Amino acid sequence: MSLTEERSTTAHVVGSVAEVPPGEGRTFVVGGEQVAVFRLRDGSLHATQAACPHAGGPLADGQTDVDVLVCPLHQYAYRWADGASTSGAAPIRVYPVREEDGALVVEV
Amino acid sequence: MTAILGGRLTGATTLHLEDEPDTRGRLVVVGNGMAGARFVEEVLERGGGEQFRITVFGDEPHGNYNRIMLSPVLAGESHEDDIVLNSHDWYADNGVDLRAGVRVERIDTAAKQVHAADGSVTGYDHLVLATGSYSFIPPMTGVRTDGGELLPGVYGFRTIDETRAMLAATGRCTRAVVMGGGLLGLEAARALQGHGLQVDLVHAMPWLMNAQLDAEAGAILRKSVESLGITVHLDVLATEVLGTDHVEGVVLKDGRRLDCDLLVVAAGVRPHSDLAVRSGLEVQRGIVVDDQLRTDDPDVYAIGECAQHRGELYGLVAPAWEHAKVLADVLTGTDPAAEYHGSRTATKLKVAGVDVAVMGVSTPERDDDEFLVISEPKRGVHLSVVIRDDKLVGATLLGDTRKVAFLTQAFDRGAPLPEERIRLLVDLSDGAAEVGVAEMPADSQVCNCNGVSKGDICGAVSGGCSNVGEVMDRTRAGKGCGSCKSLVKQIVEWAADGDLTEDPAASWYVPGIPMPKPELMRAIREHDLRSVSAVFSTLAPDGRDDAKSKMGLTSLLKMIWGHDFVPEKDGEFINDRVHANIQRDGTFSVVPQMKGGVTTPAQLRKIADVAERYEVPMVKVTGGQRIDLLGVRKEDLPAMWADLGMPSGYAYGKSFRTVKTCVGSDFCRFGLGDSTQLGIDLETRFQGIESPAKMKLAVVGCPRNCAEAYVKDVGVVAVGNGKWEVYVGGAAGATIRKGDLLATVDSPEAVITLAGRFMQYYRENANWLERTYDFVPRIGLETIKAVLLEDSEGIVADLDAGMQRSIDAYTDPWGQDAAEPATPGQFRPSLPLVALPKVPVR
Ligand SMILES: Cc1cc2nc3c(=O)[nH]c(=O)nc-3n(C[C@H](O)[C@H](O)[C@H](O)COP(=O)(O)OP(=O)(O)OC[C@H]3O[C@@H](n4cnc5c(N)ncnc54)[C@H](O)[C@@H]3O)c2cc1C
Ligand code: SF4
Ligand code: SF4
Ligand code: FES
Repeated sequence: MSLTEERSTTAHVVGSVAEVPPGEGRTFVVGGEQVAVFRLRDGSLHATQAACPHAGGPLADGQTDVDVLVCPLHQYAYRWADGASTSGAAPIRVYPVREEDGALVVEV
Repeated sequence: MTAILGGRLTGATTLHLEDEPDTRGRLVVVGNGMAGARFVEEVLERGGGEQFRITVFGDEPHGNYNRIMLSPVLAGESHEDDIVLNSHDWYADNGVDLRAGVRVERIDTAAKQVHAADGSVTGYDHLVLATGSYSFIPPMTGVRTDGGELLPGVYGFRTIDETRAMLAATGRCTRAVVMGGGLLGLEAARALQGHGLQVDLVHAMPWLMNAQLDAEAGAILRKSVESLGITVHLDVLATEVLGTDHVEGVVLKDGRRLDCDLLVVAAGVRPHSDLAVRSGLEVQRGIVVDDQLRTDDPDVYAIGECAQHRGELYGLVAPAWEHAKVLADVLTGTDPAAEYHGSRTATKLKVAGVDVAVMGVSTPERDDDEFLVISEPKRGVHLSVVIRDDKLVGATLLGDTRKVAFLTQAFDRGAPLPEERIRLLVDLSDGAAEVGVAEMPADSQVCNCNGVSKGDICGAVSGGCSNVGEVMDRTRAGKGCGSCKSLVKQIVEWAADGDLTEDPAASWYVPGIPMPKPELMRAIREHDLRSVSAVFSTLAPDGRDDAKSKMGLTSLLKMIWGHDFVPEKDGEFINDRVHANIQRDGTFSVVPQMKGGVTTPAQLRKIADVAERYEVPMVKVTGGQRIDLLGVRKEDLPAMWADLGMPSGYAYGKSFRTVKTCVGSDFCRFGLGDSTQLGIDLETRFQGIESPAKMKLAVVGCPRNCAEAYVKDVGVVAVGNGKWEVYVGGAAGATIRKGDLLATVDSPEAVITLAGRFMQYYRENANWLERTYDFVPRIGLETIKAVLLEDSEGIVADLDAGMQRSIDAYTDPWGQDAAEPATPGQFRPSLPLVALPKVPVR
C-alpha cells in the first residue's frame, strides 16, 4: 500500500492509555491489523504497524524520540510524521491515534 | 491466532506461525553476480520481501562481490574483504535463501522448476537468469589437458577464485604472457608487472583497446604501456601453448616463442547461455529479451551480461543495474509498465595506470561529422570528440579526463555544445564561462553504478550533508566502482559553495549532543543532570531528544552517578530494558552468571529444569563459557529468572561481561598460577559494570593461552614465580589484535587493582561503542602506562574511587525486576503476529 493511498478508516478503542506507560510501546491487534502504540515522555501518542518492513522486527521494542522510531533489530529508523524511513528502508504505515477520556483510540 | 500474543505452540519451537501457509510468490534468481544480487536488492527495496519467497542460486560459493574490483585485488591495491557487496548474513537477514556454490543445470519451463547440481528441484513463479559471462578461451593447441581442464598455469580473469590463484602464482612465477589487449588484458598485465613479473602482452588486433579507441589513441596508449616495462606484441595470434604439466610458453603465429610460467587469457567474454539453450529458450549471441527483460517464455527473464536486448549485449555493470531496476519495477508491480530501452555506454577507467574515458563512436562516420582531435603523444594525451548535427556522438579521452563530466552529460542528454568546440576538450583561460560542474543539468547522472544524479547530490547538500562522506552515505554515490568519486567531490564542493566542514560529529560522544566526552561529563556534573531527559533538555540543541544517543547517555550517567542515577526506561535499548539479548525473531536469550566458567551440578540441574519448564528451543554453550537459553518470550523472563535464582550474566549489555578461564594450576599439568580462582575473583568484583562497549576478559594459567587471554579487552597470563602479565586492547572478533602488555605484576590482588584502574580509565575516556582494541592504539600504550603505572596525571586515586563507586552501586537487575517490574509495561509482549524469520530449532 502506498503512503498516500486513500483508505477508509474506522476508529477502534484498543484499551486504556494507562496500558502504555510513558516512554514505552505496546502491540495491539486492531481491526485485523497489528498496531504498535507508543506514548512518548512528552505525552504524545503515536501508532505504527507492529512489524518492521526490513525483517519483521518488533517495532514496539524500538527506541523513540520526538521525530523517529528506531527498530531494535537492525536500527532502521522511521519518522512518526509519515512513516518514511530516514535510513533507507521501506516506509511503515502510521495510524492516527488519540486519547478519549482515558481510552486509547486508533483509526485503522 | 492465539499462539503468538497469548499462548504457545505445543512442542519446543520458536514463536512463528507454522499453520499459516506461505502465500508469497516464488521468485528464483539464477546467478549471484552483480546483476542478480542487485536485482534482489531492488526487489527488497520495493517491499518485494513480503510478496516473494526469494531463492538465489550462485555457482560461486561466495556472497556477492564487486567483480570490477578484481583488478585492484590482483594488483594488490585492494583487499578481497573490501570488495564484498552482500555477505551471506545479508541474505539471511533479508530472508533470502542463498544457495551459494550450487549450479543450476536445467530449467523445466513447462513444470516451472529449476534443477540444480545438488539434486534439488525448486519451483518458481518467476525465474530470473543473471548468469553473466565466462572468459573466452580461443582454440590453441595445448591450452587444455586431456581432461579438458585448463593447463596448470593458465588462467581466465573473471572470478575471485581465479584472481586468488593468480595472486598465489605471482609468488613462484617470473614471466607472464597476457593474451588480449583490451581492458581486462591491460589490467592483468599491469597488475602482474606490479608484482615483479616480466610481462609480454599479445594482442591479435593492430592496436590496443581496438573496440574503444581509434588507431592513433591506441598507439599512444601502447607507448604509455610500454613505458611501464610491458612488452607489447600487436597484430599477432598465439596459436600454441607449450608445456605438459605446467605452462612453459606460447608460440605465436609468426613462429616466435615467448617463454612464460603464467598465462592469462583475456581474449573476451561469452555470455553464459548454455542453460537457456538447454532449456529451450531463444538464444542468439545472448539470451534474447524484450523491453521488459522477458525471454520468449513469459515467466522467465534475463538480465545483465547474459541478456541480449534489441540485438545488443553489454559487458559493463551500469546496464546490468538498469536491467535490475526495470525488472524489479515490473515484477513487484511498482511500475508494471516499466521498460528498458537500451543503454548508452560511457566508460571511464584507469587502464594500466592511464586514465581513459570513452563514449559513443571514436571516429567520424559521415562526411559532415565534425571531428576535433588534440594529440600530444609525448605527454601520453589524446583527446577527440565527434559531433553530428550539433550533438556529441562520441568522445575519447586518454591521459587527461578532466572534461569527462560535461562530455558524458552532453553525450547522455544531448546538452547544447559551446560554439568554440575546443572548449569541450580544454579550459581556455580567457574569462569566458567554462563548461563544467556548474553547467551540468540537475538530472545528469553522476554515479552510474547507483544511478545518482547531480540533483540528488545537491539535494543531499542542501538537506544538511556538509562533507563528501556524508553525501556518499546518504546517496550511495561513489559507492560502486568508485570511478565517479572525484566528480562527486567536485559537485559537493560546488553545491556547498566552499562551505565544507570536517564532520564535526566525529568528535562528539553521542550524535544528539554536540560535545566531546570530557566536556559533556563536565557539563553533566556542573548542571547536576541525573537522567537522560534532563541531559537532553539542558544540553541538546533545542532540548530535543535523540533516540540514537539515549543508550550512550544512560551508560555514561550510570558511570558518573552510580546509585544516584535516575533511570528512565525509554533511555535504554531493549536489551537493557529487559536485561536479555533480543534475537532475530523477536525472542530473547537468557544467560545466567557462571563466574569464571565454573558451575556446579546443582546449577546445571536448575538450568536444565528451567529450560524444560519454559520450553526453551535451544540451549547452547557460549563462547564466553556460559550457558545460553535461547528463544525465550519477553513475558516469561521474570518468572524464569525467579526460577533460576541465579544472577544475570550481562550477556546483553555494553558492559563488563565475562571472564574466561583455563583450568590452571589446580588441574593442569602446565599451570603456573590459579587462573580459575583469579577469573572468579575478577568477575565477582566487576560484575555488571557499564562501559562504552562490551568488555570481555580472560585469565590463563600459562602462556599456552587455552582461554585466549592474549586477545581479550583485558587478558591475564600467569608466567610463573607468582607473576602475572596483564594485556589490554586485545580482540578476536571482526578485528583481531593481540593485546598490548600493560605490566607484569606479582600478585592476584595487583592484577585486580590494575585491571580495575584500566577499565575505569577506558570508561571515562573512550567514545561510545569504541572497543578497547581501538581505544588503546588511539591513546597510545606509552600514555596509558604513564597514567596508570606512574600516575603521570595524578588521577589514579580518582580512577580507583570511581570504579569502587560503580561496584558499590551494583545490584542484580534480574533479582530486582523479577520481583517487581520497573514499569507495568516492561515485560509485555511486543511480538507481532506475523511470522518472523525462523530460528532453527535443534
Ligand atoms: C576483472 C574485471 C574487471 C571489470 N571492470 C569493469 C569496469 O571497470 N566497469 C564495468 O562496468 N564493468 C567491468 N567489468 C564487467 C562487470 O564485472 C560485468 O559487466 C558484470 O559483473 C556483469 O554482471 P552479471 O551479473 O551479468 O554477471 P556476473 O557478475 O558474471 O555474475 C554471473 C554469476 O552467475 C553465476 N552463474 C552462471 N551460470 C550459473 C548457473 N547455471 N547456476 C548458478 N550460477 C550461475 C556465475 O558464477 C556468476 O557468479 C569487469 C569484469 C571483470 C572480470
Ligand atoms: S593455559 Fe596453560 S595452565 Fe591453562 S589450561 Fe592451558 S596449558 Fe594449562
Ligand atoms: S554471535 Fe556474534 S559472531 Fe555470532 S552471529 Fe551473532 S554477531 Fe555474528
Ligand atoms: S527488522 Fe527492523 S531494522 Fe531489521
